[in-house]
Amino acid sequence: MTQAVDQVFVTLKHSAVFHSPTELQPAVSILLSIVPVLVVFPSLFAVTTILERKGLARIQNRYGPNRVGPFGFLQPLADGLKSLTKEDIVPASADKLVHFLAPLLLVMTAFLEYSILPIGRNMIVADLDSGVVFFFAVSAAMELSIFMAGWSSRNKYSLLGAMRAVAQMISYEAPLILSSVCVIMAAGSLSTVQIVEKQAGYSGIWPHWYVLTPWGFGGFALFMIAATAESNRSPFDLPEGESEIIAGYFTEYSGFKFALFFLGEYLGMFAITGLGITLFLGGWAAPFSFLTWVPSWIWFFAKLLVLIGVFIWIRGTLPRLRMDQLMNFAWKFMLPMALVVILSAGIWRFMPAGVLRWLVCAAPILAGYLFIGRILSGGQGLEKRIYRFAE
Amino acid sequence: MNPLTACLLLSALLFSIGLGGALSRRSAILVLIGIELMLNAANLNFIAFWRFGPHPENLTGILFVIFSIAIAAAEAAVGLALILAVYRHFKTSDLSRLNSMKG
Amino acid sequence: MNSPFFILAALTIFGASAAMTLRNMVHCTLALSICFIGIAGLYLNLGAQFLGLAQVLVYVGAVVILIVFAILLTRSGELPSPRPSRAVYGIIVAAPTFGILAWAMLTGATVPVQPQAHIDQIGRVMMHHYLLPLEIVGLLLTAALIGAVVIAMEEKQSTK
Repeated sequence: MTQAVDQVFVTLKHSAVFHSPTELQPAVSILLSIVPVLVVFPSLFAVTTILERKGLARIQNRYGPNRVGPFGFLQPLADGLKSLTKEDIVPASADKLVHFLAPLLLVMTAFLEYSILPIGRNMIVADLDSGVVFFFAVSAAMELSIFMAGWSSRNKYSLLGAMRAVAQMISYEAPLILSSVCVIMAAGSLSTVQIVEKQAGYSGIWPHWYVLTPWGFGGFALFMIAATAESNRSPFDLPEGESEIIAGYFTEYSGFKFALFFLGEYLGMFAITGLGITLFLGGWAAPFSFLTWVPSWIWFFAKLLVLIGVFIWIRGTLPRLRMDQLMNFAWKFMLPMALVVILSAGIWRFMPAGVLRWLVCAAPILAGYLFIGRILSGGQGLEKRIYRFAE
Repeated sequence: MNPLTACLLLSALLFSIGLGGALSRRSAILVLIGIELMLNAANLNFIAFWRFGPHPENLTGILFVIFSIAIAAAEAAVGLALILAVYRHFKTSDLSRLNSMKG
Repeated sequence: MNSPFFILAALTIFGASAAMTLRNMVHCTLALSICFIGIAGLYLNLGAQFLGLAQVLVYVGAVVILIVFAILLTRSGELPSPRPSRAVYGIIVAAPTFGILAWAMLTGATVPVQPQAHIDQIGRVMMHHYLLPLEIVGLLLTAALIGAVVIAMEEKQSTK
């Protein structure tokens, strides 16, 4: 029974492919793999926007949208209709072709990233031999589309925002990739399906997820910080710093193209969070051995929603960084820490299991954290912190 | 046409385009782009020879291209840094105007 | 040869020739990225999956972005179109090169086989046979990183 519920979508697809004419079978199979991704994740985007606006409003002590539908939950629908019917304004001096292509490329690359995410048991669009590299290669094309948007607008704020975004994404790509290297080393594979399989199984009620090891925890923390920066979320949202450069690279976009940028950004965030779940949180596996009867795809989306909640919480809590703080953090803290985590993962691989392994692997990470943090904070490490307020 | 010949012809065409561009364009950055194209043509040749040549199980072609990509990335970084330094000195990146050796 | 090969070949050649002939430098760079994506597709088509993805990651994700930064930092967006005489020199050298290469290729013969490069094989070979080159490349990349930073750093005013 649980098996049937778990595999219901896979079975449905197989029967649909089986009953279609022979010459159409490959096309039907491809279509049935792609269309759910194209439907589910944009709907998740709609749910997330309302959650984010409500959640942020609660954090900031106000109500948030509450006019459309019950408790304002139909707000995304109204927003969608509004952006569809708005006039599409293109600046007179803009580079028309590049200006048109940029949002399309952004959304396309964001959708491509989903093709290697296993969202349930046997539920993956393409199980590539080097799936993780595919993900990073596609997100590299995303940087290009952001540059295209900023440059083609012929607006100094757009260009400034685009250059900030590209510099930030390149800087945080290094720790992002290095922190996933430790998982690749431990799993011995670049295929996302095999990485999830390596994390299957339970000792007692606890799963064998990589986040439950010292290096996995460090890697996961680094990965999620870098993912926040990579998807231009607060506190790393300098590229669209409203108080400085209006809206960054999509200042000159309106109507549906603006909505596409919004969609692409959120899709990128879901995708990179999904990769984090796949690499560190066991993908679609249940968190406790007694919960394995819940279908695998529910676990994937539950984990995704929890992490999105954390993103919203962080956005409501932390103020925006300055550009030099952002760069210093990436190159002076994240990069060396990622290397220390890789070293720790290597030690973990060759030591016998036990308490000693835990201590030996946690020691370099803790030492590195304290040491680098001490240097970066300029020696004012352990004494009482002094707060300065404006008079 | 046999597949190897098609690949090699393609890479020869790519190499010639890169060569022609590198010789005829005046901007230092475009010359660098031409050099990148020629490097990529060479890489494509290695892959074609690996795929259609004897002993593919040694992966020699693949490994050579991996190293070549790494070195090309280093070359692009240093080359563009040089272009920036030259621009700061001469206030131009037009190669036909960089005609004095004394700063 | 299959039809994806010809489509990708056409894409690559289109991107390359646009990158070498367009007037606007940013357009050239975007055309260059099309060309790189075409080459990556050719690698995938030839069975070198890891290499195709690495090509996109390194060339589109790093080299093209670097070139874009260089263009914006040297303020060389729009250029005068190349003088016809220079273009002629380019063609005069490039066309015979292509002719000689094409002649050499069309007179050769080969045996087609069907290999597949799996990522674990690549890793094994790299860590056993090619360990020394790998370390040297690592050293080279570090040297290039430091060198690029030193060269591109602002010249100190006090040296004058």
